Amino acid sequence: MRTSYREALRQALHEALSDDPRVFLMGEDVGRYGGAYAVSKGFYDEFGPERIRDTPLSELGFVGAGIGAALGGMRPIVEVMTVNFSLLALDQIVNAAAVLRHMSGGQFSVPLVIRMATGAGRQLAAQHSHSLENWYAHIPGIRVLAPATVGDARGMLAPALADPDPVVIFEHAQLYNLEGELPADWRCGIRRAAVRRPGSQVTVVTYGGCLPKAMAAAERLAAEGIEAEVIDLRVLRPLDMETVMDSVRKTHRVLVVDEGWKSGSLAGEILARIAEDGFYDLDAPPRRLCSVEVPTPYARHLEEAALPQAEQIAAAVREMLNA
Amino acid sequence: MARSADAKSLPRRLLADMLRIRRLEEKCAELYGAGKIRGFLHLYIGEEACAVGVLHALTMDDNIAATYREHGHALVRGVPMEAIMAEMFGKATGCCGGRGGSMHLFDAAARFYGGNAIVGGSLPLAAGLALADKMQGRKRITACFFGDGAVAEGVFHETMNLAALWRLPVLFCCENNFYGMGTALHRAHAQTDLCAKAAAYPMATARVDGMDVLAVHTAAVQAAARVREDSRPFFLEMQTYRFRAHSMFDPDLYRDKAEIAAWKQRDPLDTFPARLKAEGKLTDEELLVLERAAEAEVAAAVEAAEAAPLAPVADLLKDVYTPEAGP
Repeated sequence: MRTSYREALRQALHEALSDDPRVFLMGEDVGRYGGAYAVSKGFYDEFGPERIRDTPLSELGFVGAGIGAALGGMRPIVEVMTVNFSLLALDQIVNAAAVLRHMSGGQFSVPLVIRMATGAGRQLAAQHSHSLENWYAHIPGIRVLAPATVGDARGMLAPALADPDPVVIFEHAQLYNLEGELPADWRCGIRRAAVRRPGSQVTVVTYGGCLPKAMAAAERLAAEGIEAEVIDLRVLRPLDMETVMDSVRKTHRVLVVDEGWKSGSLAGEILARIAEDGFYDLDAPPRRLCSVEVPTPYARHLEEAALPQAEQIAAAVREMLNA
Repeated sequence: MARSADAKSLPRRLLADMLRIRRLEEKCAELYGAGKIRGFLHLYIGEEACAVGVLHALTMDDNIAATYREHGHALVRGVPMEAIMAEMFGKATGCCGGRGGSMHLFDAAARFYGGNAIVGGSLPLAAGLALADKMQGRKRITACFFGDGAVAEGVFHETMNLAALWRLPVLFCCENNFYGMGTALHRAHAQTDLCAKAAAYPMATARVDGMDVLAVHTAAVQAAARVREDSRPFFLEMQTYRFRAHSMFDPDLYRDKAEIAAWKQRDPLDTFPARLKAEGKLTDEELLVLERAAEAEVAAAVEAAEAAPLAPVADLLKDVYTPEAGP
């Protein structure tokens, strides 16, 4: 069945709210307004203001309250409007949610799900567009997910809610309108990366909003006779390096595409692990394609120039194969 | 620990718990000097009447969230002294297996949600615990302890608003010891009337002498009853004073010796037994029995902590994530 990423997220939330009375959705404008990205439109009327809970503009307060409610036996889903706003809540996520289990010697788990929009591409400039997934992926104690397909948008929420530990889900803002085929069995785990397109000559590792770009690049390359394998990380912490290494051992070439900035990026972490564990499997220097190190500009042509694009991915692969 | 129908024995139980905290912490300071306890150690000495008065006003079904100066709260709440001492020794038998230390005591059985070393960090957690209780139809309340320093944090104001807006059953227990680490209240707050800040959200407030354990207890009983009945937050300010420095690293250069001496005149460990004796409710012999019991409990806790094993390094990664269910 064809559906949109937004609709898939919506179905997943609807199912969670319908199936488990402990689940509630909380965040800025999730209720009456219907969600900043219209994911929860209509839920307020259906589930009521207690379970579709509009919050004041208090990211630190309501994320902290979500942690407390999780400790108290609920299964909160806290929506933060964008990753940039989540920085206001970073203290509670890093200093409480991620560490309470460990600090308490395993006595208290925090079964909390935090959803937030991330990424650029909508001309929202430098306070609404950044990709800071790597900040969260740095932190032991939380799981970090990046659904990039309608299947994952539909399937990842249930296992995230079932997980006894805090899970942060990044929804790339450019994906909400993405249309795709929802598999008949969309159920999925949140432990493994996925091979989205098999190929033999080069591995392209990516996640989130860059996945459609990598797939488009692979399509173009295929027309030229180049078979790229595209890996969607799906889970940014803990990383599934087994799937990545299996591919690298087959193709012997790897390009990582990451909308984050190169310095201190997830792309850097992945290449470091490949270098540590698979250096002698490589036939060419590994490469990265990341965002240009500039705060995301407003003007469309500048924003496009700042982000990894499909043509750049294809060009990087060609260079690697011709080298 | 829980409120008892036996009002007659209450003063003696309050005194006994204050003594237990005082003797425990005096020993902690000594053990810190001896290198047995490391990290940060923040002593509650002088402020005991606050934790004791409030916690005796609650039921064991209520939730507690506290600060990094929480040895007393944990102890009065029922965390065994041995488990507290072993935690400070970093031993496997500590209440958190040596992962938390002095600033992070937790106990699920006591509904004791920490030990939080981010100033103000426990405030939204308490609001969330109360939200969970309210949504699940429980009558439980959550008591959240924090200091005057936390009142300057943004999260204090966010939490006050959420608690008042959503009518959350939280008893906010502000231990105002007039210093945020080394900075005096009047040097950090334009409005030094802390109740006025809470009242703005709005919520009911009360200010009580935090050196008078009976006054604290009475105020806390009334406040807790209101929170429970109305399902609304309450802000209880207890004015108190820490007799020791902020932490073991603090040379305490920012307070007048005369100010410290004046507050020490009001030491609840002196004034309360004196009052009970004057009222004929306590004899010297009875006080001695309480003193000896506290000392014996401390000695046993130290002995057990000394003898306890360290957690194996092989378990280093334990409790970062919950183990996967199933085979």
